[in-house]
Amino acid sequence: MRKYYVLLGMLFSVNVFAATPQELLKQYEVQAKQENAAFAGFSADAGASFFRTERAHSNGQKVSCATCHTSDPRNQGKTRANKVIEPMAPIVNAQRFTDPVKVEKWFGRNCKDVLERACTAKEKGDYIQFMLSVR
Amino acid sequence: MKKWLQFLVLVTSITSTSALLASGGLGEGGSKQLPPVMNAKWKAECSSCHMLYHPGLLPERSWRTVMAGLDKHFGENAGLDAATRDEITSFLALNSADKLDNRRSSRINQSIPASATPLRVSETRYFTSKHDEISASTFKRKSVGSASNCIACHRGAEKGDFSESQVRIPR
Repeated sequence: MRKYYVLLGMLFSVNVFAATPQELLKQYEVQAKQENAAFAGFSADAGASFFRTERAHSNGQKVSCATCHTSDPRNQGKTRANKVIEPMAPIVNAQRFTDPVKVEKWFGRNCKDVLERACTAKEKGDYIQFMLSVR
Repeated sequence: MKKWLQFLVLVTSITSTSALLASGGLGEGGSKQLPPVMNAKWKAECSSCHMLYHPGLLPERSWRTVMAGLDKHFGENAGLDAATRDEITSFLALNSADKLDNRRSSRINQSIPASATPLRVSETRYFTSKHDEISASTFKRKSVGSASNCIACHRGAEKGDFSESQVRIPR
């Protein structure tokens, strides 16, 4: 009986309260397969290019993830309102990609700000894969 | 004896006038500074992209408008789940400039025409008259950013302290 409690506890701690970046990637992988049957895994290179590629926003500005986060994810970034953004790379900021709700919240907001649409699961996975590859 | 009485009246009127001035004058009870207020969700959510604005800086109608348009919040998506949004909205409304009893909130509120719903404190007549000696280039300094970044010069801004003696304008 006790074993089940431990198992149950682990299940909750993984899915609801905290996760590792690898666990998050697993969840996005499931979604990515649903979105595209030809999905063949996440790519750090694709994530790096996604992170840095500027696009023309309808407001006339050129924007990318790197606009606020800087092109090196080990650096602190800055919001448009002058507030420091802690680094995205887990190597320097172990808090990153450990809270699924927070991750979804910020993908939800920032994809709309930068891309003016929601991100695909493939894009989210590539992004996390890239962040994990930064040493 | 008569002179004595005159003196007493003079002293009393001076003391009561200065007491009245210190308290912010008639009809403006409370203290000079915005009172400390706290709500965990307000603090966490409203300070991740910009400094934490005290609810006593804008009237209730302004906060309600801001909170109803979070998906386009000054050009950015700041959407929240409904429960968090509603909790923060109630907190802001309860502690807004037209609800709080302190001199600064009253004066901000009085400077806003009833027909207006400013979404930025820096749009109020109170703000512009208080900052008329600050040049546009000072606000644009890298260390400041813009007039929205109170905390660059008012170090205690997030706690509601905007007292002039604490102002330090960075280079």
